[in-house]
Amino acid sequence: MPRLSYAAPTSVPDAIKLLAGAAGLAKVMSGGTDLLVQLRSGRTSPELIVDTKKIPGIVGIRETESGFVIGAATSGAEIGEHAGLCAAYPGIVEATNLIGSTQVQGRASLAGNLCNASPAADSVPAVIASRGVAIVVGPNGQRSVPVEQIVTAPGRTSLAKGEFILEFHLPKPKAHQSDAYLRFIPRTEMDIAVVGCGVSVTLDDNGVCIDARVVLGAVAPTQVVVEAGAKALIGSKLDEAALAALDAAARAACNPINDKRGTIDFRVKVAGVMARRTAAIAFERAGAR
Amino acid sequence: MSKIHVTTTVNGEPAEFLCEPQESMLDVLRDTLKLTGSKEGCGSGDCGACSITLDGRLVCSCLMLGVEAEGHSIGTIEGVARGDELHPIQRKFLEHAALQCGFCTPGLIVAVKALLEKNPNPTETEARFWIAGNLCRCTGYDKILRAIMDAAAELRGEVAA
Amino acid sequence: MNFVANKSDLKVVGTRPVRPDGMDKVTGKAQFGADLTLAGTLVGKIKRSPHAHARIVAIDTSKALAIPGVKSVITAADIPDIPSEEAFVGEGPTNFRDQSLNCIARDKVLYEGHAVAAVAATSSAIADAALAAIEVTYEVLPHVIDVEAAMAEDAPILFEGMITQGVDPKPTKASNIVKKVAFGHGDWQAGMAEADVVVEGKYDTAAVHQAYIEPHACIASVNPDGQTTIFASSQGQFMIRQYTAKILGMDIADIRVTPAEIGGGFGGKTIVYIEPLAVAMSRQAGRPVKIVMTRDEVFRASGPTSGGTIEVKIGAKKDGTITGAYAMVKLQAGAFPGSPVAPACMCAFAMYDLKNVMAEGYDVVSNRAKVAAYRAPGAPISTFAVESVMDELAIKLGMDPIDLRMKNAAKQGTKASYGPVFPVIGFEEVLEAAKAHPHWTAPLGPNQGRGVATGFWFNIGGESSASVFVNEDGSVSVVSGSPDIGGSRASMAMMAAEVLGIPYEKVRPIIGDTAQIGITGVTGGSRVTFATGMATTQAAERAVDELKKRAAMIWDISPDAVDWKDGEAVPAGANAGGFDPLPLAAIALKAAKTGGPINAEVSINAQGAGAAFGAHIADVEVDPETGFVKILRYTAVQDVGRAIHPSYVEGQIQGGATQGIGWALNEEYIYDKNGRMDNAGFLDYRVPVASDLPMIEAVLVEVPNPRHPFGVRGVGEVPIIPPMAAIGNAIKAATGMRLVSLPMSPPKVRAAFDAAKG
Repeated sequence: MPRLSYAAPTSVPDAIKLLAGAAGLAKVMSGGTDLLVQLRSGRTSPELIVDTKKIPGIVGIRETESGFVIGAATSGAEIGEHAGLCAAYPGIVEATNLIGSTQVQGRASLAGNLCNASPAADSVPAVIASRGVAIVVGPNGQRSVPVEQIVTAPGRTSLAKGEFILEFHLPKPKAHQSDAYLRFIPRTEMDIAVVGCGVSVTLDDNGVCIDARVVLGAVAPTQVVVEAGAKALIGSKLDEAALAALDAAARAACNPINDKRGTIDFRVKVAGVMARRTAAIAFERAGAR
Repeated sequence: MSKIHVTTTVNGEPAEFLCEPQESMLDVLRDTLKLTGSKEGCGSGDCGACSITLDGRLVCSCLMLGVEAEGHSIGTIEGVARGDELHPIQRKFLEHAALQCGFCTPGLIVAVKALLEKNPNPTETEARFWIAGNLCRCTGYDKILRAIMDAAAELRGEVAA
Repeated sequence: MNFVANKSDLKVVGTRPVRPDGMDKVTGKAQFGADLTLAGTLVGKIKRSPHAHARIVAIDTSKALAIPGVKSVITAADIPDIPSEEAFVGEGPTNFRDQSLNCIARDKVLYEGHAVAAVAATSSAIADAALAAIEVTYEVLPHVIDVEAAMAEDAPILFEGMITQGVDPKPTKASNIVKKVAFGHGDWQAGMAEADVVVEGKYDTAAVHQAYIEPHACIASVNPDGQTTIFASSQGQFMIRQYTAKILGMDIADIRVTPAEIGGGFGGKTIVYIEPLAVAMSRQAGRPVKIVMTRDEVFRASGPTSGGTIEVKIGAKKDGTITGAYAMVKLQAGAFPGSPVAPACMCAFAMYDLKNVMAEGYDVVSNRAKVAAYRAPGAPISTFAVESVMDELAIKLGMDPIDLRMKNAAKQGTKASYGPVFPVIGFEEVLEAAKAHPHWTAPLGPNQGRGVATGFWFNIGGESSASVFVNEDGSVSVVSGSPDIGGSRASMAMMAAEVLGIPYEKVRPIIGDTAQIGITGVTGGSRVTFATGMATTQAAERAVDELKKRAAMIWDISPDAVDWKDGEAVPAGANAGGFDPLPLAAIALKAAKTGGPINAEVSINAQGAGAAFGAHIADVEVDPETGFVKILRYTAVQDVGRAIHPSYVEGQIQGGATQGIGWALNEEYIYDKNGRMDNAGFLDYRVPVASDLPMIEAVLVEVPNPRHPFGVRGVGEVPIIPPMAAIGNAIKAATGMRLVSLPMSPPKVRAAFDAAKG
């Protein structure tokens, strides 16, 4: 029986040293809400767990000149309680707060949701839509990585051995910029997204969209940035034609599977529905600020 | 084969235990500390029967390692009543018959206590979403919601205790 | 005791006191199945088949046994190879050999998750290592999951010797069809010929699990002389004792089973899975062995109820009079015979007064976990189809659906479709209450619809035992043999207090272990408040008789001259003498001097259970783009006979309706192509969560059962029967679409919208 070790380093260098130095599989733990399930089911059998929560700054939210810094291991509950972030990025907050139950919210983090690398992760489309950047630290120093470049395939990330995410940076929102996230699940809570959609839009003073990002989750091996969806929105006030074009673009971007959570046909159709509904909320929010 | 020594606080009392790195807080509570009020219904964070508080924050003890308790404060169902006096939430659960088998009840009471500490005046919908992670298969939640709303009102001092 | 016809004569029955076991349950003190640990307890775990159907070629346990800390490893070779023996245990017919083979496979594994070996070790980690070290060689066989596929000519056969029973001529070839059943009277085909309108449809339902939150758990300890104690969570301590003794070839008297608090059962804890294995390992190891299933094991290896297909045909006159009704019900039994196809057929049309009716069904084995009882076993499945077709019939006739049901409602004197003639029943009263309820006429918005459906359950009596002990201070202890799954301790205490004429708080009820109280059947079939309540009532009456005798002795008058009133002995009349009343406590204080302790034990086989009916009204809103169905409002009307503790009666109805809502909308067993369950967890086996639901209004109609002293009928089963059709009918009203397949999950609803658009 390989024996599991646990370490809770109190500095970034110590954490990197532990992760880089592990002979076998080393897992980074923030909230642990995915990791513990995988440990118990035997889906992962690491030799080392590195609990990052004692690293200064990795838990907490800071508002800076250029925007927001969210510590990688900050829990969903803390994110939901941060008034500034709730006002600036309501879509990211609502997406994060959809991860699991209230109990899960007490622990689950953005970094964990991202690095678990599930196509259905709720927070990820929202963070990508708002151009979130992950600050990755590792043996070769620190690098800034757009969040859409972290997940490469289900269960796989672009992080190298010894690397982990320290924090996320979100730019200061522009005037008339806002975001939204919706997902479809069979119940009202406690399910994994069958389709998730994050939309960020920026409007001009007349309510015309001048910038947009549309990101789908759970409809392809990784989150999908729907370029054609953004194009459909830009230049519009979200009229019927723009909504129809967005719906078509979202459906065209899907490459889903049939599984216990939804069929290909259902996912594709609902992706269009979610894109329209999410965009409508984002427009309304952006217009209101 | 050496276990890790953990120093923590459980229900306001200092506590120490030894645990394996992979042991969940739930296993520590039940098997080592003999606090069997927290239940395992799923072991995957989907049922809420193992709900505890960690530094006042509601969590599933099955999704937390025992070693993570080091230096923190744990609250379990065993710490909800004050001595021989039930917490109003416990009393309202009884008065409203908000339990049938009683297996999900400890987790629910811990969850509801965390809710009312954060939001003393929840709407029924807010309360329903807060406890969505606490599965109850017996009651259909109706009487649980009535107990929560009544307990909240009493704790706000709106009705005589 | 005579039937109490007048509710106003009751002082305790009908009130809502706090349950006696409540404190333990809100403080975490209550001991459920996994909560007891004895000195030296070993961790027991079970190795399960990864294959849906395979022959066991060999099992090598030597490597597991060699691991330090492993104290016992067993396979079927360590358990007696018992012969086939039919019996009635728990809620229905059973076969001890099948139960033994279900606990641990002998030659073949018949479903993924079927136990093949078990280990007991000094730690969980060592037990896991031991499981991994057991080498099982399988010859994988073709498998079959679905019921109609299992009935096909070329289907893989589970049991080579299985010849279908109940068909003429007797088949010569083995199949997966265990038996055919048929219930009915008249000539249903002639009835169709008389009809102005005939509606028919084919429906299917998915296998669903009881999904009690507490996984199966037990601890067993065997002494070298064979005397065995078991502490386990179940719906019947005597059921565990009987199965364990049979499966292990032990004397029943050598086994003492203490009922743990039970964390939900709904029928699913009326058979054994782990207790015989824990006993067998404890015997080998000489130490207590505790087995606690994981949630994954609960889903894969303990019994859900059947899925199946149901074809229904109903013919009626223009005025709504049903002239003929027919149903064909095919149910999955899982890996061993025993689907609830008989009650499914018996309940299908029991709500109606029919001249020509027939319900036929097949019990079919396939490579799924063996089904177990689940709340009104079978009835929800057939009723989903029948009540959907009734809705179609109402639409076709242009009739109000409640009026159509009222037109055909079963009443006292109706020959039930399953045979007997109904005594006093309350179906018409239920329909009247539903129609009069404000819910029935409340306005609806766009994409919203309302549906109604009804349901029937027999309710049962059976063997129950209860003791009443009058303590020396006048307080009373009541012991019964029925595990308390939803507040029955309160009901027992209330009925005893009512008879004794003392306050509820003076009566403390406990559940006895198998050595403390007489044989009592399982907590199931909605029998406890009726049957165990009857035993408790009779025991309390005997105690009253004895108290009167003692008072007579103290007063030196004839016992016939003593009456019992409000907890006191009083002279029966002026001629009896001018004595002051003697309260129970005063008599109890003098018990030693008047003949010794005052106790009474009653064991009965309770007869006269009262059938019950329900009618549910559901409002839904359907999202046409996603197929999401939201339950807006829900009202469940039911004839409960008489509610002893109305809160727990309402709770049964609310909980049962909610399980039905889950069955209707999202719950299902999903299998992959290898016959492995793909959603064995609460994440993807989607039971209703709090935010899915509105308040569930329970409307109690009380048409007392004259065969029970307080009029009890039984409550728990009926409420799970109507929801699926009520919701399907509401979806039809909202969208015009008839959903014929459960669950009516969003992908299916959306697909129906797409199909309707063409």
